[in-house]
Amino acid sequence: MSKPQQSISIAGENSLIIYFGDKPSAAIASEIAQAAQRLRETIGQVLIDLVPSYGSLLIIYNPLQTDHHAVRAAIRRALSSLTSEDDQLAGRLVSLPVYYSAESGPDLQALAESAGLTTEQVIAIHQQAEYRVYAIGFAPGFAYLGEVDPRIAAPRLATPRTKVPRGAVAIADRQTAVYPAPSPGGWNLIGLCPEPMFDPEASPSMPVQVGDRVRFTAIDRAQFLALGGEL
Amino acid sequence: MSGLIVIQPGIFSLAQDSGRFGLHSIGLTTGGPMDRNAFRWANRLCDNSQSATAIEVTVGGLVLESTTTTNIAMTGANIPLTINQQAAALWQSHKIIPGDRIELGFAVAGSRGYLAVAGGFQIEPIFNSVSTVPREGLGGTTQDGTPLQAGQILPCQALQHPLDCLSVPSQQRPDYAANQARVRVVLGYQQDAFSEIQKQLFFSSQYTVSDSSDRMGYRLKGPNISPSIDGILSEGICLGAIQVPADGQPIILLNDRQTIGGYPKLGSVLSLDLGKLAQLMPGGTVQFEAISVERAHNLLALDEQRFNNSQLEPANK
Repeated sequence: MSKPQQSISIAGENSLIIYFGDKPSAAIASEIAQAAQRLRETIGQVLIDLVPSYGSLLIIYNPLQTDHHAVRAAIRRALSSLTSEDDQLAGRLVSLPVYYSAESGPDLQALAESAGLTTEQVIAIHQQAEYRVYAIGFAPGFAYLGEVDPRIAAPRLATPRTKVPRGAVAIADRQTAVYPAPSPGGWNLIGLCPEPMFDPEASPSMPVQVGDRVRFTAIDRAQFLALGGEL
Repeated sequence: MSGLIVIQPGIFSLAQDSGRFGLHSIGLTTGGPMDRNAFRWANRLCDNSQSATAIEVTVGGLVLESTTTTNIAMTGANIPLTINQQAAALWQSHKIIPGDRIELGFAVAGSRGYLAVAGGFQIEPIFNSVSTVPREGLGGTTQDGTPLQAGQILPCQALQHPLDCLSVPSQQRPDYAANQARVRVVLGYQQDAFSEIQKQLFFSSQYTVSDSSDRMGYRLKGPNISPSIDGILSEGICLGAIQVPADGQPIILLNDRQTIGGYPKLGSVLSLDLGKLAQLMPGGTVQFEAISVERAHNLLALDEQRFNNSQLEPANK
C-alpha cells in the first residue's frame, strides 16, 4: 500500500526519515505506528531509535552495522506491508479522567467566552472527540493529541505561564495535551488529569504511545481527589 | 562505599555515560558526552568500557578528594589538573590513594573535560543510563538531572593496587587551542528548501559560536540563510541536525536536543566533528563542508579502526 506521497529522505549519517504526508490524520498516525512496529521486528538489532511524529518517522540506525541502502530496503518492505483496513481501529483506546472547572482550568472561562460557548459546552465538546496521539516530545511524556473540534480551538496565550501544573489539560490551536510535569507553557488550561502521564518508576512509563487513541471523561472534584489529584 | 568526594562541583559538572538510547518515542533525549572522542579516551585510559560513567566538566573548577585507591584520567579541554597541588598531565592516567586531592583549574583551550575513574563511577541508572539531562530532570548522581553538588560522594571501586599509568599517543590528542572547527555535513531533511545560492553561502561562510550555546544546541552567528519555507510539521531530530529558524541563524542540535521540532533543517553534522564543535568557546568559529553519506559511513568506520588500533603508551612517570 506504498502511497505516492510516501518518501524517504536522508536526515544524517545514521538517520533516514520517512514522510507519510504533510497533513496529520488518523490514517497517517496508524501507518506510522505500523511502520515503526515492522521496522522494530525486521531490523531492530541495527536500530538505535525511532521517532514517530505527525507525518513522519525518523529512523536512527547504527552505521557501523549497516548502511542507508540496507535500511532503505527494509523501509520499503515495511511500507509495502502496511494495511489500511484497520486504520481506524489501530492503536489502543485510552481513557483519561479530567476534572474540568474554573479552579482546575484557569483558562476555561475565557476560552468559552471567546468561542461564544458556555463552559459546559466547551467541556462537552472536548469529551466528544476521540483524539490520536500524533507525537510525543517537548518534554518527557508530553503527548500531542489531535484534533480538537474547531469550535473550541484556541490560540496560545500571548504571555506563556512560567509554571503550568502537572496534569494540566490544555488546548493550543487544534491540539490538546496533558502536561506530564510542571513546566512553563502557553497552552489554554481547561482542567486537570489525576493520572500520571510520565512516571519513570512505572512500566510502561507513559499510558499512551504515538498512534494510540485518547478519550477524555469528566470527573468531579471528589473523584479527582480520590484518584490522587492535587489542587 | 568508597569513592571521590565532591569538595567543589565546579561551574557545571555532569555524570555522563554514553547516553540514553531507544527512548525518543517517549520524548527522552540522548544526553551523553558532548565530545565522545575525549570521553572514550578517558575511559580507555582507566581500562573501562567505552560507555562507563565519567564526569563531563564544563570549563572547570571541580575539586575532589579520594577515599580510595584507584586510577583517574582527565582528557578533553586543556583544564589544568593538579593532584595534591602537583601539576598532573592530561590524556594520561594517574594513581590515586585515599586522601589525595584532585583539583581542576579553568579551561585554557577547549571547554569540556572528561574525568574517568577505574571501573567507572558506580551511579544508579535511570531509563538504562546515568547520563544527566538537567532539562528533563533525569539522570546523574541523584537521578533527577541535578549537576554534581558539593558534599556528594562519587562511588567507585577500590583497587587493591592502582594500574600502571598510561598515556594517549600525542598524535591522537586533539588540539583545541585555535578555537575554530571545520565540520563536515551530510545534506538531508529539507535541503531542497534551501536554494543553491543559500547553500553556497552557508558552506562558504564563517560562523561564530554565540553565548547562548549549550548542551541542547550550538547557536551560530553569521550570514542569514533563508529557506523557502518557514516551518514544517514537527518531526524527529537526529544528533547534529542543522536547523534554521526564521531569523536565518543556524542552530546545531546536540546531545540534549528536543526530540521533535518544526524548523527547516539543512542536514546534519558528522558525529566525528561534533566533539570539535562542542569544545569551541563562545566566539569560536565554524566552517562547514558538505560530504556524501557514503563518505560519512567510510569516515565512521575508519575512525572506529583508528581508535581500536591505537595503542596506549606507558606514561612518562
